[in-house]
Order: sequence, then C-alpha cells, then structure tokens
Amino acid sequence: MALALYIHWPFCRSKCPYCDFNSHVRENFDSKQWGVGLRSDMRHESSVTCDEPLTSIFFGGGTPSLMPPELVDSLLTEAESLWGFAPGIEITLEANPTSIEADNFAALALAGINRVSLGIQSLEQEALHFLGREHSADEALAALAIAQEHFDRVSFDLIYARPGQSADAWFGELDRALALGTDHLSLYQLTIEPGTRFATDVRRGAFTPLDEDSAADLFAATRERMRAAGLPAYEVSNHARPGQESAHNLTYWRYRDFAGIGPGAHGRRGGRATVRHRKPENFLSAIARNGHGIAEERVLPLREQAEEAVLMGLRLDEGIDLDALAGRFGLSRDTLVSARKLEQLVEQKLVEATEERIALTESGMLLLDRVVAELLVGAPETV
Amino acid sequence: MTDLSKIRNFSIIAHIDHGKSTLADRLIQACGGLTEREMSEQVLDNMDIEKERGITIKAQTVRLSYTAKDGETYELNLMDTPGHVDFAYEVSRSLAACEGALLVVDAAQGVEAQTLANVYQSIEHDHEIVPVINKIDLPAAEPERVAEEIEEIVGIQATGPWAEGGAVLASAKSGLGVEDVLEALVARIPPPQGDRDAPLKASLVDSWYDPYLGVVILVRVIDGVLKKGLNVRFMQGGTQHLVDRVGCFRPKRTDLAEIGPGEIGFITAQIKEVDQARVGDTITTVKGGADKPLPGYREPQPVVFCGLFPVDAADFEKLRESIGKLRLNDASFTYEMESSAALGFGFRAGFLGLLHLEIIQERLSREYDLDLITTAPSVVYRVHLGKTKNEDAKVIDIHNPADWPDVNRIDAIEEPWIKATIYTPDEYLGPILKLCQDRRGVQTNLTYVGGRAQVTYELPLNEVVFDFYDRLKSISRGYASFDYEQIGLREGDLVKMNILVNAEPVDALSLIVHRTVAEERGRGMCERLKDLIPRHLFKIPIQAAIGGKIIARETIAALRKDVTAKCYGGDITRKKKLLEKQKKGKARMREYGNVSIPQEAFIAALRMGEE
Ligand SMILES: Nc1nc2c(ncn2[C@@H]2O[C@H](COP(=O)(O)OP(=O)(O)O)[C@@H](O)[C@H]2O)c(=O)[nH]1
Ligand code: SF4
Ligand SMILES: [Mg+2]
Repeated sequence: MALALYIHWPFCRSKCPYCDFNSHVRENFDSKQWGVGLRSDMRHESSVTCDEPLTSIFFGGGTPSLMPPELVDSLLTEAESLWGFAPGIEITLEANPTSIEADNFAALALAGINRVSLGIQSLEQEALHFLGREHSADEALAALAIAQEHFDRVSFDLIYARPGQSADAWFGELDRALALGTDHLSLYQLTIEPGTRFATDVRRGAFTPLDEDSAADLFAATRERMRAAGLPAYEVSNHARPGQESAHNLTYWRYRDFAGIGPGAHGRRGGRATVRHRKPENFLSAIARNGHGIAEERVLPLREQAEEAVLMGLRLDEGIDLDALAGRFGLSRDTLVSARKLEQLVEQKLVEATEERIALTESGMLLLDRVVAELLVGAPETV
Repeated sequence: MTDLSKIRNFSIIAHIDHGKSTLADRLIQACGGLTEREMSEQVLDNMDIEKERGITIKAQTVRLSYTAKDGETYELNLMDTPGHVDFAYEVSRSLAACEGALLVVDAAQGVEAQTLANVYQSIEHDHEIVPVINKIDLPAAEPERVAEEIEEIVGIQATGPWAEGGAVLASAKSGLGVEDVLEALVARIPPPQGDRDAPLKASLVDSWYDPYLGVVILVRVIDGVLKKGLNVRFMQGGTQHLVDRVGCFRPKRTDLAEIGPGEIGFITAQIKEVDQARVGDTITTVKGGADKPLPGYREPQPVVFCGLFPVDAADFEKLRESIGKLRLNDASFTYEMESSAALGFGFRAGFLGLLHLEIIQERLSREYDLDLITTAPSVVYRVHLGKTKNEDAKVIDIHNPADWPDVNRIDAIEEPWIKATIYTPDEYLGPILKLCQDRRGVQTNLTYVGGRAQVTYELPLNEVVFDFYDRLKSISRGYASFDYEQIGLREGDLVKMNILVNAEPVDALSLIVHRTVAEERGRGMCERLKDLIPRHLFKIPIQAAIGGKIIARETIAALRKDVTAKCYGGDITRKKKLLEKQKKGKARMREYGNVSIPQEAFIAALRMGEE
C-alpha cells in the first residue's frame, strides 16, 4: 500500500486576509526544537503505518519556504530512513515568491525538493495589495524564474473571481500566466471564509464579493481556456499538462492513505482519521509529552470512509469507479449513493455515467457540492 | 369558618409588566404567607411559560391573613386571573368570585387598552375598584398625571389621598405603600354575602391537573358549606363526586375543615380529567341541593384552528400521547387526527385564541420535547351548501381549508368578526389605521386622549388570526395594545387559495382568503416562498391559484454555483461535517415532488410582513 506524507509548517510572515489555513505569525521559532519535534512526530507515524516506501511528500503551510533548508533536509533524511522512497517520488514544497525565499531555492533543491508550488496569487500589483501579499508582481516573476531554474516541476497559484474582476481582465492575466511556461496551475476562485479578515470586511460592507453568476461564468470559461491551452482541469481548481498532475494531491482525491504531521495536520491512514494540535506551542508540548502531536485519532466507520472517498473522488475529472469504490469499503453502489438521485442527475446532465465510472459534467462541476449532497444525502442544503 | 364581614375577595387588574405579580408577592410577604427566602420570584406565575411571558394562564388564589390597623384579622383572598383576551371567559369566572379589584397602573406608562377592558369587565361584576399607582420609585413616574388619566379614562376617583377614595401610591419593588394597599382593601372592598344554611352553591372558578392530587378545583362558595366527605353534583356536567379534600393556598397548600359562604378555596374529588370540571359549572350537594345553577356558564369554544405535525414523522405517536396529556390539564382546546399529503399524520387542533395556540405549541415542544410544524391558523367558516340531486341544502362549519367544499355547491359563506380596541400613542396611529384597513377593517370609533388614541375596528377574525398582533406590535414599537371580542358571523366573499410548488399543490399552505385580497396575499406568499425555499439544481415555479386560475407566480432560479474551490487532505473532515449538517437539515424538510421545503417555510410563508 502506497503512502503519502504531509508535513505542516505553521508559520507565516503575516496573515493574509483571505486565509483560513492553520498559519501563525511568530517573531521567531527555534529551528532545532522544531526539527526534533517534527522528526519525533514522523517516527510515530512510521510506527503505525505500513513500511511501503513513500510515493510523495508535501510541505504545506503556513509558509514552508521559510523553513531553513537544513531543517527540510533533516526531515527528508528521516523520512527516507523510516519508510524509504519509491522511485520517482514527488517532493513538493509550497513557497511564497519573495526574493528572500528565492535565495533558498538552490539549497532546497539540494535537500531533495523536486517540485514547488508558488503562491503568486496574482500578476496584478493592485490585486496583490488587495490580497495582502508581501511580494510585488515583479518579485514574483523573478522568484518563478529562479524556481524554474532549480526545480524539475514548478506550479503556481492564482486567485481569481476577485471583487469587480471582469472576464477580460482575468483572461488577460491568465494568458500572461500561461506564457510563463508552467505545466501546472492552481486557479482558485476567491471565497470568503468564516473567521478571516475578508469575512469581517464583507460584513462591514468594505467590499462585495463577485456575484454568483459572474463567478459561475468565469469558472466555466477558465476551464475552457485551460483545456485549449493544453492544461485541462484534472480537479476543480487544478490544471496540468497530462502527466504533470500533483501525485500527492491525487492521493487525497483518490482517497489513498496519507500521514499528516506538524501542527493542525490531518491524516487518513489505516482507516483512521488523525488531527494534530493546531497551535504551534500546544503541538510542541504534546510532542514533549507523548512523542507525537496527535490531538484526536478516530477509527472511521467504513461508510464514512466511503462517503469521504465519494466527495473527494468526484472533484476529479476522472470521477470515480463507483462499484470498485463501494467495494473497497464493503458496500454496494446502491447503498452508498441514491440510485434515484443518480438517475436524476444524469438526466439533468450534471453527471455522466458510463459502465465503469461516474464523473461530473462541466456544468455539474459548478454544482459539485450540491451534487455530492444529493447523491449522499438526497436533499439539498439550505442556501 | 370566617365571619363574612371579615372576608375580602379581590383580584388584581394590570396591564402586562405594570407590576401585578410583584405587588402580589409583596402582599403575600406582608401577611407572612412566605418568608423572604421561600419566595421564588413571582409566586403566582407557576408555569415556565407564564414566568417568561409574564402572562397568567391559570387562575390562582392565595388566602392571606391580615391584621388591620383596626385590630381585626381579615381573610383576604387574592385571585390572580388569567391576563389575556384569549381567556376572557375564564377571566369572567374569576371576577365573578370577587367583590373588588385592585387596578394597578404603572406610574410611568399610564392606562393601557387591555387594562381598560378588564376594568370594564370588573365594573360589570359590580366590583369596588381600588386604583393603585405602582412604580412611583421610577424617575419617570408621574403619579398625579396618571391619577388624572385614571379618572378621565376609567371614570373612577383616583386623585386625592387614598383614604378619601384616591389611588394608593406604591412601589411594589421597594415595598413602599404596600401597607396602604392592604388597608384600602379592607376599608373599601365590600365583604361577600351568603347564607350558610341555604343549599350548597359553589362556583367552579378553575381547575387543573396535579400529578399527586388529580384534578384540583378552585371554588367560590356562594351559599352553604363545602366539606370533605360530601357527595356533590356538577350541575352542568351532570356528574357526581365525593369530595375528598378541601383547602386553600397560603400560598402553600393547606387543608381546611370546610369552605364556608363567601370563601374561596379548593377541593379535590378523585377526578382524573379537567374536562369533567368545567370552568363556570355550579357545584351543589347530591342530597338537598340547589335547584338552579349559577348564571353565566358557557362551553369552551375554540375559535382558531391549525394543524400540528411532527417534524420527524416518527414522532407521531409521541405527539399523540403528549397532546392527550396536555388536554388532561386544559379542556379548552380540541384536537382530532389529520393527515396531509406533505406533512404526514398530525392533528387538527382548536384553540381559544392565538396566544392559547402558541402556548399549547410551546408546551408541546418544551415539556414534551417535540419539534412541530404548525400550519396556517384558520378560523371557523360557516358554509351554506345548496341542494344537489342527492343531497339537501345544508350548513356546515369548516375549520380546515382541506375540507373546503366544491365551489359550485357553495351558496354563501359566513366568517367570524371581532371588535378590536387598540390603544396607542398617536404617533403610530397612521400605520395602525392602514394595517386595519388592509385587513378589511371597518372603523367604528376613534378618540384621542392627551397624546394617545383609542381606535375601535370591526375586523374579520381571519385577518387577525395570523400575524396581526405581531405587526401591530412592530409598527408601534411595542406601544400599542390590542384587545378584542367576538361579534358574530358575517357573510364574506371567501375563496380557497392553493399554493403550487413545482406544479404540485402544497396542502399545508392552502388558505381561505377574501377575494379582494387574494391576489395580493398570493403574491406575498409566492414572494416569501421564493426566499424560503433553497435554490435547487433545477428551477422551481411557485404559483398561487384559485381553482384553476393562477393569480400569482414566482420562479426560484436554479442554483448556478456551489463548489468548494479548495479541498485537500486537511479539508476532508470539514466537508464531511457539512454533509452531516445537510443530513440533519433533510430531516427538517418536507418533499413535494422533487422540491424540499424547509419546515420553517410553512409558517413563515404566511407572515404577511411589511405590506
Ligand atoms: N421600579 C419598579 N419596578 C417594578 C415595580 N413593580 C414591578 N416592577 C418591575 O416591573 C416588571 C414587571 O413586573 P411584574 O410584577 O412581573 O408585572 P406583571 O406583568 O403585571 O405581573 C418587573 O421587572 C418588576 O421588577 C415597582 O414598583 N418599581
Ligand atoms: S502565506 Fe499562505 S498560509 Fe500564510 S497567511 Fe498567507 S495564505 Fe495563509
Ligand atoms: Mg406577572
């Protein structure tokens, strides 16, 4: 059984107003202590997972590009000695495109990172300001060039469907992005998450999010544009030249096992769901007490696993093999999803069903959450 | 037995929040009924709902022993009467048991319409009324102005010192003037009359179910004596019972040897259901009893009906049981089974009024932990049906839109009307008049007193039954008060309006409306449903129809976009929780065709909102 490893680095230089990740701003951190803590957390995971080699590792955050390269190196060395690396292992690190971080790219590549995902977010200066990013557009382009020099694969993120953003403006920006010669792009529509500064701003009327219709149009047109450019969407927001998909993220969507270490990291392995302590300080003290940072570990009933697999799997363009998936959890397809609803959804052209697989149509993808709810629950959520 | 001349029976009349309960507590305390420590706040309001809403639902009495300044000890029976128009009949029975009343008026608020209605009722019972101006401790108190207002509006003396017939000035909160209240009671309220040797005649003032004692009956003895071991007959109900306990509340329950003429107390007689002890009945002895009952008895008459359905269809049995239990304690509501295509099995229940409806509904959900869907309240329509080949002409009473007969057979329809009295600061008069006008009201009187206006309207009950009171409160920022009495049936051009969701009629939303307002109501309902029903994956037409004719239409657009942009390993749990929430939500939805309608929509759709 394959296994993926997620490592969470919780620190950021400042908090972005749209961000609801487990990120914390701290003056400084004790790199040595974190190395000891994360390696200990990792050893715990290796003691409870199979010893198949790792197929992917992902450093997420927070801002893992702020990690000292030696720390990254020591963690990768530890991981390899614990599990071993499968041939062609994908090792991704999320990076912010500032000049300071770009200075570390060479050392990170040397440590074993072979893929980076850059949080560029926009190529427009004004938008970067609105999004509260620390880097300028020029700095981002420079960091991208350096990254492309050092890493085999470089992906970057853009945030679109921003307040007042027109289709023309967005597609202009997207075309420029495509011209930067990347094989993987994550394009996220801006959503206002509860508890973020943007949520407060919206409540206070500081700005109005783009309306649903425009956002829907942009979403469809973006996928269209990306297909034409040779980087079709393989997931809701992820686009890649065929073969350049993120192996690590596919593990999530195909609902295969992954171990998650570091503050707030989630894991799914051996039919259990794990969550680490979110707050960095609490995480470290848990490590000191228990040798691992687990705050909660729960055996997932088979049906729950199957439902999770459906809701993750349908995000993918390839969809799911319903019979096989149900079978994986000892269920039949009809006990897992409502056959009546499935039929209706096919009639409404939101879902496509072949002998083997069911997948969302282009118009269905826009309504994915509701479609999943219909299939698994049979009733819509109140909007 | 207490000498008749030493008995005083009185009630307290007050608008909500003017201090009736607080004053009652003070009186009890002053007469040593309870120590400070024993007084849970507001002794008289027993039920949680009563405490929260500040409304008395069941009558209560407290017997106090007061040694007055003249050195004599008096037996004071304080009767706490129900405080809402829905219970007007119960109020009248309680009042009939007294010879006087304290009229408590807030020194800052002045006289309110509800107070007036009760005062007039009290005056009708020939009561001696002692005005008490309460809350004189408030900075905003204007006792002189309020005293004048009482004289002007109520027509009883209130200015001048209380010993000379003026109002007693008091602060129930601080205890100031409470002694004066007691002295005024003794001096001004006349003692009851009665004949100890005449055949027993006791008025059944109220009854309730007590889990330990069975049904407890509150009585006022007119003539004769009530004793333990007596065989009594309920003259209206026609049943006979053996009295096994007589007593009074001080406010703790205290057993007595007897209840003599002029006295108020309680009896138990191994009765299991309050239905057998109806308010207003006359109790006499089986042997040598009275030959004529006391006047004024009336059968309880439900005027508002609605459907009660469990949100979770599996709770039907629990609902049946709970309604049955509630009914043991409240004979004034009726219920029978009903089934609805959308809502499944439930009950059609009849109530004395809207507040009564709300109280029962609230008790069901609170005391019995039931989640309910309540359908649109309806009044009783009298429908005159013409003759057909197989059937003679006849008159039927309809209290459920589902039973509405074929329009072709209807000759005429009558609907109940009320006379409403509204009392308001005059700045809110404009919107209030508009509200009444919109509800087909006919103005019969309008007077101004100072900065206040009193307006009376005749209104069809079906226009008031739903949210009239809420609207009135909101447009007057809570200042207007409202009171009504029924004034009989009048012919009306009424039609049944159906609501169709995705082309399917939703029975629980059917409504009987006047033809002239049908279109507007239909439009309002469609608009509200448009907001209340969540968007689906397909578009949903919502229509209002009379017969086959569509009179209003709205469309709920199909949902355009509902997709989480980011969902990685760390987000699975959160997504799952959302799904769980959706599952819970589904249990609270009803499916019509393919459309899921949230439970709240049924009642909210009927709220007429800002018209
Ligand atoms: N300041 C002041 N408040 C009072 C007085 N009497 C009652 N209250 C307050 O007025 C509110 C309503 O009193 P309550 O006795 O429940 O009124 P009821 O609805 O007539 O029974 C409560 O908050 C009391 O504490 C008083 O004499 N002075
Ligand atoms: S850098 Fe990334 S993780 Fe940190 S606050 Fe900004 S969006 Fe959140
Ligand atoms: Mg009260």
